[in-house]
Amino acid sequence: MSETTAHMHDDHDHGPASGIMRWITTTNHKDIGTLYLVFALLMFFVGGLMALVIRAELFMPGLQLVEPDFFNQMTTMHALVMIFGAVMPAFVGFANWMVPMMVGAPDMALPRMNNWSFWIIPFAFTMLLLPLVLGIFGIGGGGPASGWTLYPPLSLQTGDAFAFTIFAVHMLGISSIMGAINIIATILNMRAPDMTLLRMPLFVWTWLITAFLLIAVMPVLAGAVTMLLTDRFFGTTFFSAAGGGDPVMFQHIFWFFGHPEVYIMILPAFGIISEIIPTFARKPLFGYTSMVYATASIAFLSFIVWAHHMFTVGMPLGAEIYFMLATMMIAVPTGVKVFNWVTTMWKGAMTFETPMLWAISFVVLFTIGGFSGLMLAIVPVDFQYHDTYFVVAHFHYVLVTGAVFALIAGMYYWIPKWTGYMYNEKLGKWHFWLSTIFVNILFFPQHYLGLAGMPRRIPDYSVQFAEFNMISSIGAFGFGISQLLMVAVIWQCVRGGKKASARVWEGARGLEWTVPSPAPYHTFETPPAIDDSMVAHPDDLAH
Amino acid sequence: MSSLNQQQQKNRKLIRLLVLVSVGMFGFGFAMWPLYNVFCDITGFGGRGVQVAQASSLVTGTSDREVRITFDATVNSALPWDFKPAERQMTVRLGELSNAKYLALNTSNEAIAGHAIYNVTPPEASLYFVKTECFCFTEQLLQQGEAREMPVYFFVKTDLPANITDITLSYTFFRDSSDAGLTLTP
Ligand SMILES: [Cu+2]
Repeated sequence: MSETTAHMHDDHDHGPASGIMRWITTTNHKDIGTLYLVFALLMFFVGGLMALVIRAELFMPGLQLVEPDFFNQMTTMHALVMIFGAVMPAFVGFANWMVPMMVGAPDMALPRMNNWSFWIIPFAFTMLLLPLVLGIFGIGGGGPASGWTLYPPLSLQTGDAFAFTIFAVHMLGISSIMGAINIIATILNMRAPDMTLLRMPLFVWTWLITAFLLIAVMPVLAGAVTMLLTDRFFGTTFFSAAGGGDPVMFQHIFWFFGHPEVYIMILPAFGIISEIIPTFARKPLFGYTSMVYATASIAFLSFIVWAHHMFTVGMPLGAEIYFMLATMMIAVPTGVKVFNWVTTMWKGAMTFETPMLWAISFVVLFTIGGFSGLMLAIVPVDFQYHDTYFVVAHFHYVLVTGAVFALIAGMYYWIPKWTGYMYNEKLGKWHFWLSTIFVNILFFPQHYLGLAGMPRRIPDYSVQFAEFNMISSIGAFGFGISQLLMVAVIWQCVRGGKKASARVWEGARGLEWTVPSPAPYHTFETPPAIDDSMVAHPDDLAH
Repeated sequence: MSSLNQQQQKNRKLIRLLVLVSVGMFGFGFAMWPLYNVFCDITGFGGRGVQVAQASSLVTGTSDREVRITFDATVNSALPWDFKPAERQMTVRLGELSNAKYLALNTSNEAIAGHAIYNVTPPEASLYFVKTECFCFTEQLLQQGEAREMPVYFFVKTDLPANITDITLSYTFFRDSSDAGLTLTP
């Protein structure tokens, strides 16, 4: 990194400050993007380590390694860390790095707020992780163990970790909302004059819609956890049946946030994939406009399907049927997207560099996760599969081979632009193949476990589930260790390698490829003139 | 420079709007509380449809149709009581005032007050369920080791939809209301 910094000083009269203060005080969108990405990578390994504790315990039936309560802390914290620490910050990191460059803006609209959005997160995670870490050293009752969904009355029985968890969630929510406001302001107000809305790359479109989702639902989560907080400490009875409240209401409020939340984690992934596939198929994205509309429809539908997470709480039959059908409707716009990706590849002059491999793998494996989601949407089927490993398999297919694979694909795709060097293609391919094989060994058997009735979030299981659990655990360790290759690739690529050209990929289109690699510290200080050759989707220009 | 100011103004306007939206959505989270109550009142969810009345004021005649009532009892773990229905099931005629009994016993060595909340399934049935007297209307104080018979008087309205043939009346006893059942010891 110091090499690139020095290099930039030569070219520009106002490059970054040096030393640690550069990172603490920076308002530069590329610096902040890097901070987000590095933090997300760190949390990816923290959350991964927790997953490995879970899989190690589940390697054999019986209780071997950890106490059941600690196991519950692991399932809870694994989810919170991966969702709020790894996936969401990683996507915000991509947005920071790429959105201003993709729309021809000099920086984010609100650079100072941008600095705050990031620096809140490490503090929030200190709060979130502190009770767990202290618990490991025998101080206090350990971390939260009620599951990341924090359902009362169980979550209200959390020990000292309760207030820490709630305040961490509040801080993360504030950070996300600030980040979302910034992204919307950048996209709506900072575009180069020639960058009309329907010329925007799909990654920008998906982030615009995601940012609106964040603003709409993060405050609802904040409201829900605030009610938990007052129930616990101030004698309110929002969720206590004894006081006239209803614990089921928490589930309604939580999932009103929770379902859009899963799209917050997947829509930007759709955007990344929609950038990568055209580049390596050397064809413009098929159905650009329909992609925009499909994304918007998915976002809209996400607000009216929440109760499919709670079919078994006892709802009127009419409501169950409504939520079932509304949920299935989401398959239509999602199907449009998958169709468009496949059609973009159809008869394309395809090459299979590492980012493209990850993207294709995303399309296939995400679709599997989508189909198992459709199965879970069927009410009578869900009664059988609810809270089993089938659900675990489903959401890991959409979140690991979906969101995380897209993040990794995007990292390989843009890292030459970030560092100025080509990554090690051979190592990248090893990383890809090992990950793809192991991730299926890890999660595919969990479908069978779920169908056979193994419940989730339980540290022990009956011996009939032993084989599939052992296979799954082997896959988990293989997948986890494979990710060290990613660190090696990034490390190498930051330090040097083959010089990357400005365009990097032969078929790449979009403004980010018109600036040199590595991207200078300041780009597009005057808005660029844009012609069709620079735009990602010239086929859809409305003239 | 004026274009920069214009830009800043545009940003400010947008930010104000977006902050307003997020504050509004924070409020919406809380608005779910009254909305949920309205929903329950309309659908009869959570036993909300059950009416409390003088026997005479609501009886609309009896019919020959019968419905089976199942009685269910639960005690919150913070309350050291035994609590069960005297009879698990009974069959009643629609419109006919009936009476069922629950038995409660304080197994601890201190006097404890508890109060019961109830629910009716299927939820729709609660709209046709009328109570004229119930131990759940007031707080119940049991001395140490004291046992008590707790009656409930009720009838089911004659216009109960034909598809409902079984109704479950369920009670859960909590420790007195100053302690909303939240301070459970793990
Ligand atoms: Cu959902």
